[in-house]
Amino acid sequence: MKRFANVLLGVALTLSVPAFADEAGRQGRLLATGGASSIDGAAGGGLTPWAMIAGYGDEGQVGVTVFATRVQLPDYRLDVAGAAVGYGNRVELSVARNRFDLGSLVHTLSLPENTLSQDVLGAKVRLFGDLIYDRLPQVSLGLEYKHQRDFLIPSLVGARRDEDVEGYLAASRLFMGGAFGYNLLVNAGLRYSRANELGLLGFGGDRRTSRSLLKEWAVAVLLNPRWAVGLEYREKPDNLSFAGESDWADLFIGWFPTKHVSVVLAYARLGEIATLDNQNGTYLSIQGGF
Amino acid sequence: MRRAVLVAGLVALLSACTQAPVADDSLYQALGGRPGITRIVEGMLLNVARDPRIVQHFRNVDPERLRSKLVEKFCVESGGPCTYTGDTMAEAHKGQQISPAEFNALVENLMASMDSQGVPTPVQNRLLARLAAERGEVIRK
Repeated sequence: MKRFANVLLGVALTLSVPAFADEAGRQGRLLATGGASSIDGAAGGGLTPWAMIAGYGDEGQVGVTVFATRVQLPDYRLDVAGAAVGYGNRVELSVARNRFDLGSLVHTLSLPENTLSQDVLGAKVRLFGDLIYDRLPQVSLGLEYKHQRDFLIPSLVGARRDEDVEGYLAASRLFMGGAFGYNLLVNAGLRYSRANELGLLGFGGDRRTSRSLLKEWAVAVLLNPRWAVGLEYREKPDNLSFAGESDWADLFIGWFPTKHVSVVLAYARLGEIATLDNQNGTYLSIQGGF
Repeated sequence: MRRAVLVAGLVALLSACTQAPVADDSLYQALGGRPGITRIVEGMLLNVARDPRIVQHFRNVDPERLRSKLVEKFCVESGGPCTYTGDTMAEAHKGQQISPAEFNALVENLMASMDSQGVPTPVQNRLLARLAAERGEVIRK
């Protein structure tokens, strides 16, 4: 809790840094086109990365984002903190730490550890197209290196590896006036991964050791340039026999008051995680950018 | 009888084709017609004058001419009863090397002006979509 508070404080301090914003040569993209910070650190929605490049940097410009996210579930809690840098609306590098609090399960199962953590290093490149302009939608290719930091529990339930690399392809497009006159953002992605519960429970398992092709999609309606509401879906593999792994979905509302800060609040439907079902709760994320 | 109906149908079809299509001026009306568009353009240019990101591109421009050509341009784009008498977009921006970020800066100034005129978001989106389609003739020229 204290660590999370420190992260929030860090974000707040970053936001209070004198605004670079209106200086020439920075943040040349339009409001909200930098997206939010996904739980793996890459720019996107909340549960999945999208094709946009982090921050608001356009050609020749650099954009930086920092973020903190908390997902509060009935029996667990997921905390995420991270940062991303985008250059030239072309490439993005990101880093994130996921910390999953096992809550009551620690006592009921007498678990040796009470949290599961992992680090995610991400790289994304825009292959072609544009979110708003151009004929083609923005299509990006991403790679993520994940390292599970507390592998004892994952190994006991059948996970095979404590680190892995996974890739994804994402296409995003803003359809101007596409939703009864309001702008409509559509994202579709395909991931090639064997991560169990994002990687918090390691990679590969007794049921399946190889990667699967997993679908991800999201739609959002921009009520105006500052407010967005939408839905997001993330397909997940089911590699471990000790418990089922559910696909994830959320219903979100995003607020982009300026290019320096955004807040996303969501109802996250995460289903069964490590034997406990109905893990549906609240997702809150705050992002600072410059 | 059947033949007469067929002929009548053909005549009706042909005469429908020769008539000029009725222009859809709903966007023009939604923007408040010529007075509304004039206020939007003036608000945008006032914002541009205060915008260090792009004001340099407008230093050697006759503001009165720019205003009237932009009003004509927005009027035509929104389906209004106007004729655009200015240069093509490509000609007007030739040699200025407008960057994508500078193009967006102008879009932001336009959006802020429409916001202050109380133009509803769906109406703004319709005008922005028309102008966004011409981005290729504006940037990097």
